[in-house]
Amino acid sequence: MATTFQLNGKTTTLDADPNMPMLWALREVAGLHGTKFGCGMALCGACTIHLDGQAVRSCVLPLASVANRQVTTIEGLQSPQAKAVQAAWISLQVPQCGYCQSGQIMSATALLEKNAAPTDADIDAAMSGNICRCGTYTRIRAAIHAAANPKA
Amino acid sequence: MSSRLYSPARADRREFLRGAGAAAVTALTIGFEWAATSQAKAAGGASSLPPFAPNAFVRIGSDDSITVISKHIEMGQGSYTGLATILAEELDADWTQVRVESAPADATRYANLVFGKIQGTGGSSAMANSWAQLRDAGAKARAMLVTAASNQWRIPVSELTVEKSVIYHAASKRQATFGSLVKAAAALPVPATVQLKNPENFKLIGHLPPRVDVPAKCDGTAQFTIDVEMPGMLVALLKRPPLFGATVKSFDDSAAGKVPGVVKVVQVPGGIAVIAKSFWAAKQARDALRIDWDDSKAEKRSSAALMEEYRRLADQPAASARKDGDAQKALGAATHRISASYEFPYLAHAPMEPLDAVVKLDAKGCEIWTGDQFQTLDQANAAQTAGLDPKQVIIHTLYAGGSFGRRANVFSDYIVEAVSIAKAFGADGTPIKLQWTREDDIHGGLYRPMYFHKLEAGLNAQGELTGWHHVIVGQSIMAGGAFAGMIKDGIDPTSVEGAATIAYSIPNIAVDLSTAKTGVPVLWWRVVGCSHTTFAVESFIDEVAHAAGVDGFSFRRKLLEHEPRMKAVLELAAEKAGWGSPLPKGRGRGIAVGEAFKTFVAQVAEVSVDESGAIKVERVVCAVDCGIAINPDIIRAQMEGGIGFGLGAALYGAITLKDGHVEQRNFNDYRVLRMNEMPQVEVHIVPSSEDPTGVGEPGVAPIGPAVANAIFAATGKRMHVIPFFKGGVEAS
Repeated sequence: MATTFQLNGKTTTLDADPNMPMLWALREVAGLHGTKFGCGMALCGACTIHLDGQAVRSCVLPLASVANRQVTTIEGLQSPQAKAVQAAWISLQVPQCGYCQSGQIMSATALLEKNAAPTDADIDAAMSGNICRCGTYTRIRAAIHAAANPKA
Repeated sequence: MSSRLYSPARADRREFLRGAGAAAVTALTIGFEWAATSQAKAAGGASSLPPFAPNAFVRIGSDDSITVISKHIEMGQGSYTGLATILAEELDADWTQVRVESAPADATRYANLVFGKIQGTGGSSAMANSWAQLRDAGAKARAMLVTAASNQWRIPVSELTVEKSVIYHAASKRQATFGSLVKAAAALPVPATVQLKNPENFKLIGHLPPRVDVPAKCDGTAQFTIDVEMPGMLVALLKRPPLFGATVKSFDDSAAGKVPGVVKVVQVPGGIAVIAKSFWAAKQARDALRIDWDDSKAEKRSSAALMEEYRRLADQPAASARKDGDAQKALGAATHRISASYEFPYLAHAPMEPLDAVVKLDAKGCEIWTGDQFQTLDQANAAQTAGLDPKQVIIHTLYAGGSFGRRANVFSDYIVEAVSIAKAFGADGTPIKLQWTREDDIHGGLYRPMYFHKLEAGLNAQGELTGWHHVIVGQSIMAGGAFAGMIKDGIDPTSVEGAATIAYSIPNIAVDLSTAKTGVPVLWWRVVGCSHTTFAVESFIDEVAHAAGVDGFSFRRKLLEHEPRMKAVLELAAEKAGWGSPLPKGRGRGIAVGEAFKTFVAQVAEVSVDESGAIKVERVVCAVDCGIAINPDIIRAQMEGGIGFGLGAALYGAITLKDGHVEQRNFNDYRVLRMNEMPQVEVHIVPSSEDPTGVGEPGVAPIGPAVANAIFAATGKRMHVIPFFKGGVEAS
């Protein structure tokens, strides 16, 4: 069965099991590997994508549920907030193993797109669903503040 | 480089090179390029130009590209950047031209010099064992390039200088890039000896060259095993026994076989594997398998029963790991005796990338793509499983999405599984990716062992610590594997490191080990023995200091007079944390210090306790002495991350068994540290001219006891059972 949606700004039709989680539809059908598998239960955030601008966990999101909606993955990030986040991630040398960082960047970008100047509490609320086993949290926090206020 | 791991063009080139039997060139071509600056540069630099290959560790192209060959895996710890920095420093290379490729499995050229004849990464040894080797490699390459320029210009070597991959002759204003000299340099003999730089002249070491892997890890293009894709590749999931030691009695795959996309169901020694066209098909089919297990030889005990047995063992005779003076006599003569015990659970490593490996097996050979941490052991185990010679097994080491020790195991469990599945499938050259799920990972064994520690100390009338008796009970990590030879007189060194090596000056010390046996497979976990021994020693010394009426910092400091590096980190952490300054009500400070893999780390934790009793670690000040700081920013990052990793384990981490069944399954009940629980961290590096040591693990050890001691300062309660808290979290 085919599902049509906007993927990174392009109309895309994927012919796959409508119950297949978006994570696997993106990785194995659309061939986009930036979105990562970490838990399969919306517990770790490695698979975070944007659905109509909201950060969602793609590992529990059925393909059918994105029909006619806007999906953005790490490969399709374009907004000024996203670019600021990626620049801050590089400047503060955030990643270690890097596996969770697509999801971290997607969550951080969604936060900044809604909230231009997040507090530490806002960051905790938006980012605590994204696990980093390497423990890059201090740098993620600093990078979000830096991206919100690049000249500070 | 395309976002695909494996383009047909690369495959053709590899085939060509192998066909040409170009052994020396294989190092150049096997593995993947990573640019210091961008992916695009790597693509441009994948050069067909003749390289200058003076040794096993560096290739310089006529396009000025510099490729450092890493014998160590990059799993987050910064090894690619650190190793490249050492070599690039002596080479006087332009850092923006440097990229790193993984070495092929080859113990002759790429052994870890700490391990002997094994290529592998562990024990925070990458920098320490490569320091002299890569300085020499870089300096020799530089000397050959300089000699080439000298010959070309007919100017003495002594008049030439090198900066950022360019050789200069100031007087005649001549200059030449490395790339323009590679052909001439390649024709020169490799010098037998070479002068290394005076550290005062270091331009990269001690400075902040950016990580080579960071750009690709910020845009989703970094390649992990899970991202490997090749034509015709299938995905396998393996159903493993629900109890450690159980085996398949019989199985029914009729429902599984009907799932669309399933290609084959096979039985292998590890269980029943479903091989399908996609992960999703394989997952659904695996869920539909019906398996009858034979659990007659399985481990069926519960964690509580094991700990009960360990407590009993602690009171029985044990092997001696250290004996200074007569601890029993000193304890008997003490005016004040203090005792305590500490209990530690099994721990899963839970790296973010669930274990995975891609195997392409046929009658002639086996190729493996994985985040490989023990290349030559994995090569040997894969060969044995496949019925091949190790030389027929090619290993491509990719980035690992974390490991924390899990991918470094002498049994090569996940790789052997993948090879056995490819073999059972028919060994027809079909690439098969074995993918673990998070539940597989949490249930998969090879845990950090459970331990029971029992300690007793004696103070004399002057309040001096005169006797120390430490008993450790737990499973041996090294028993039954390739490192079993390191067990001497019943002592597995990984069970007692940090305890038998206690640095405090105590006249009478006894450290004993009782090695328990269970059916639960165990493995080293980040910082290995010190993940529990440092907790026990640093918590107990705090209890002893309290009994002596001396503050924890002063008590330790006095016992470290003959340990200048340990004492210096202790003092630095205390000073920077404002040790002794007043804290608001409900706050407490704790300190701990330790040495692991010859790196010294002290940490001061500050915790707050609210009215409900909820504890938050607010701030951690860390001091580290790892010798010469190759890359201070990576050292800071490893301390920050190690603190997060160790803190999560101290607060929540536990794998528990109920009648042999693992009670946890995913991040909901195997709880790890999250953003809102991460303290502020300050890292201070002790300036040093000692040879560098590792930083991947040592930062993990002191955080647990530092926090436990801070909780005591805030609440008066000691933490004798680890983790401190139990409970899960909700999905977000």
